[in-house]
Amino acid sequence: MLNLFEVIETNNMIEHERLDVRTITMGISLLDCCDSDLDTVNNKIYEKITRYARDLVSTGEAIARDFGVPIVNKRISVTPISLVGGCACKSPKDFVAIACTLDRAAHEVGVNFIGGYSALVSKGMTDADKNLILSIPQAMACTERVCSSVNVGSTKTGLNMDAVRLMGEMVLDTAKATKDQDSLGCAKLVVFCNAPDDNPFMAGAFHGVTEADAIINVGVSGPGVVKVALEKARGENFEVLCETIKKTAFKITRVGQLVAQEASRRLGVPFGIIDLSLAPTPAVGDSVAEILEEIGLERVGAPGTTAALAMLNDQVKKGGVMASSYVGGLSGAFIPVSEDQGMIDAVTEGALSLEKLEAMTCVCSVGLDMIAIPGDTTSSTIAGIIADEAAIGMINQKTTAVRVIPVIGKTVGDTVEFGGLLGYAPVMPVNPYSCEKFVSRGGRIPAPIHSFKN
Amino acid sequence: MNKVIITVVGKDTVGIIARVCTYLSEKNVNVLDISQTIVQEYFNMMMIADINQATVPFEEIYTRLEALGEEIGVKIHCQREEIFTKMHRI
Repeated sequence: MLNLFEVIETNNMIEHERLDVRTITMGISLLDCCDSDLDTVNNKIYEKITRYARDLVSTGEAIARDFGVPIVNKRISVTPISLVGGCACKSPKDFVAIACTLDRAAHEVGVNFIGGYSALVSKGMTDADKNLILSIPQAMACTERVCSSVNVGSTKTGLNMDAVRLMGEMVLDTAKATKDQDSLGCAKLVVFCNAPDDNPFMAGAFHGVTEADAIINVGVSGPGVVKVALEKARGENFEVLCETIKKTAFKITRVGQLVAQEASRRLGVPFGIIDLSLAPTPAVGDSVAEILEEIGLERVGAPGTTAALAMLNDQVKKGGVMASSYVGGLSGAFIPVSEDQGMIDAVTEGALSLEKLEAMTCVCSVGLDMIAIPGDTTSSTIAGIIADEAAIGMINQKTTAVRVIPVIGKTVGDTVEFGGLLGYAPVMPVNPYSCEKFVSRGGRIPAPIHSFKN
Repeated sequence: MNKVIITVVGKDTVGIIARVCTYLSEKNVNVLDISQTIVQEYFNMMMIADINQATVPFEEIYTRLEALGEEIGVKIHCQREEIFTKMHRI
């Protein structure tokens, strides 16, 4: 039977160490909403989302109450819209109409984000893909809750450099289209390499075409719990450190597994995966950077940061996989700048640079995330940043992503406030030298040699 | 069996367990186990209870217990047992 100390430990994690389930994300296939008439597509999409997700928010809240664990976000991911709208949409403007429908459906069912305004163009672009990509700036400007992602490469296909160049332009255009809100639109736009089909986390969630009609994916969190556990292992060797992280990750993930199974049962929707991610929030004590500092770094960004992060990421996975029957999504430590107080402090103090962050993305999920850069950064430089990050993903057979925010009208030294879970960020300097000729070449970077495994 | 865990954390005072148990017995909730300790000067109590034969739904039990905690000046939580067993048992 349970003992008092186990119960106290769990409740302390929830009350004092910010243990929560970060998101229950319902994936909904919209492939059966395809039609050649745009109004029909919009009606079908709205009807299906509001029917399937009608009880998502209330069920999430009921589970949170029953188990006494907060479930922070209830969200929806849908089939990449370039596939759903391809037949009906003849122009970027047509796709924007679908974005508005998604936004309306999200408001109706009460979810705070809906992901899947996406195109998968790792090898080439159809006309529909291109129209969707061109519509992103306007779609991000005229919707509140829609998240967009574009997959521009994979280990199997190489990098679509035409798409990379185009996305450099679209990130900048999205920043301009939402400049009244400190370029907030870019916080809802991710450029991926090796994007997973079952990621529950925003802004990169979409419901892949390999998935069932509907599915429940759950993202867990708990940097604060890991940090507090490590405080008790100060001065111990790496073996003790790793054991502590693994045990803690196991416990955190079990809560996610429980919530996922319960949500699946109550909603009558199959369980998909648990995403084993350490997802920070701007709150003090809920920070991945603070874990790295607890491991022994004066500040994140100091030499040793990449090694510490690699170890943390690996131990989280090793502890987590045993706690869940199905693990997927991004699964790793997140290192967003604006959403992590320790990261913000490290950048402000000059300890952490864009280049160090890039190195860190080689060993953890996901990529350059929530990084504010000067508003006068050129589209080719942004494309270069995307290409670098995508190359890391392609060569290392992992997911990488770029979510940078060129803040129009702001420059290094300024701070930008996004609000809520998105936090705030100091604008970071970008290498001033040009890569214009490189990204303008056009075509594809071929798949790496180790992708030929057949 | 439909087990819940009731926890009480706060400053020790006369009659905490009595008041919680009185409420539970009124609603036909069967208490299976009680343990308590003092951690860092705080009174910590845990009760394992079976609500299978309860006369009111679980939602009402935890809402009422939380309110009772406020009356006494302690924190009372009532959670389904699975969150603890999942976390601490393989």
